[in-house]
Amino acid sequence: MSDFIQSLDPRIVRLQVREDQPFEPKEAGDQWETYEVFHQAKTGARLIHVGSLHAPSPDLALVFAKEQYGRRSTTTDMWVVRTADIFTLHRQDIDMFETAQEKLHREPQGYMEVRKYIEEFKKRQQQEGTSDGSEAGSH
Amino acid sequence: MDPKQEAIKELLIKMADDQLIIGHRHSEWIGLGPILEEDIALASIAQDKVGQSYTLFQLLHDQFGTADPDTMGFLRAENEYRCCHLVEYPNGEYDFSLIRHFLFDHAEYHRFDMLQASAFEPIRGIARKFKSEIKYHILHADVWVRRLGTGTEESHQRMQAALETAFPLALGIFEPSPYEQVLIEENIFPGEDALRQRWLETIQPILEEASLQMPDPSSIEPAYGGRRGYHTEHLAPLLEEMSWTLRYDPEAERW
Repeated sequence: MSDFIQSLDPRIVRLQVREDQPFEPKEAGDQWETYEVFHQAKTGARLIHVGSLHAPSPDLALVFAKEQYGRRSTTTDMWVVRTADIFTLHRQDIDMFETAQEKLHREPQGYMEVRKYIEEFKKRQQQEGTSDGSEAGSH
Repeated sequence: MDPKQEAIKELLIKMADDQLIIGHRHSEWIGLGPILEEDIALASIAQDKVGQSYTLFQLLHDQFGTADPDTMGFLRAENEYRCCHLVEYPNGEYDFSLIRHFLFDHAEYHRFDMLQASAFEPIRGIARKFKSEIKYHILHADVWVRRLGTGTEESHQRMQAALETAFPLALGIFEPSPYEQVLIEENIFPGEDALRQRWLETIQPILEEASLQMPDPSSIEPAYGGRRGYHTEHLAPLLEEMSWTLRYDPEAERW
């Protein structure tokens, strides 16, 4: 006879777990399947992927998602999707996103430059406006 | 104090006590629950219950001058608590904890739904807020009861057995108070009988869907006594454990 595990936590003491209690190994694949959780923080906003969880069914996945991903911030909607239902590319095909040097013209940097010119123009206009105003005030 | 004030006070104290004790019982599963996700869900429900209890003790303090929430929650004598026997029982296996949670929360939901229209104005807003929290508690309980009731042969049998153990205790929720008539006449609360009726009408179809046989309430002796301060042998050790830290150092500024 071995002793029971002693703990400061009275619940553990009450469980009367023997110190040398053997634990049976877990069977492979005995876990619930995973679900991906999407969270919406504001009506009309996109639902954003926030993580995943284990659940035995979609309704329980939603029940768990509410507490795991919805309780610390404002929530207006939530989706769960079975991870297995998501289609994605094969890992070996991910290199199709690599862009060849000669195709830089297809990237949107050019438009970012336009934005910069607009901002500069607006700033210039504003500065001219303010200097006019201060002159008027000094007279 | 006039009977109306006494009636309201009594009603608030039993609600606060039920929530504190069941909240503490649920919290005993923390870290020991069947799976992480479920552990988080039940822990959160436990936290809601204790929070609701605090709100009611604060309301009692503000309206009726009772002691502060910590004193009311942790330092009264056992026979001053007004919780029902259902919430006092040890957690047992998860089947009992789930069925208790199911039976208790459906009653709570209807209780606060009724209190939203109470002539005791300060409870109305509180009831509305509690209801939105309890809506989740019910969702959680219903999904599990349906799933385990119709799951494997073992899960069905365990849920049925747990239901038979918990049902007479759950009927004790509706133990009439000495002030039923006052509460009804003053439009404060429609009474335990009315609540019990609504509760039965709600849980019966869910239990049917879950392939569980609801015991016949007319053939059962309800577990009364809690509302008058007569408790099971489980309450005293529970209070002892709950208040241990506070009694260990009552002067502590924080713990």
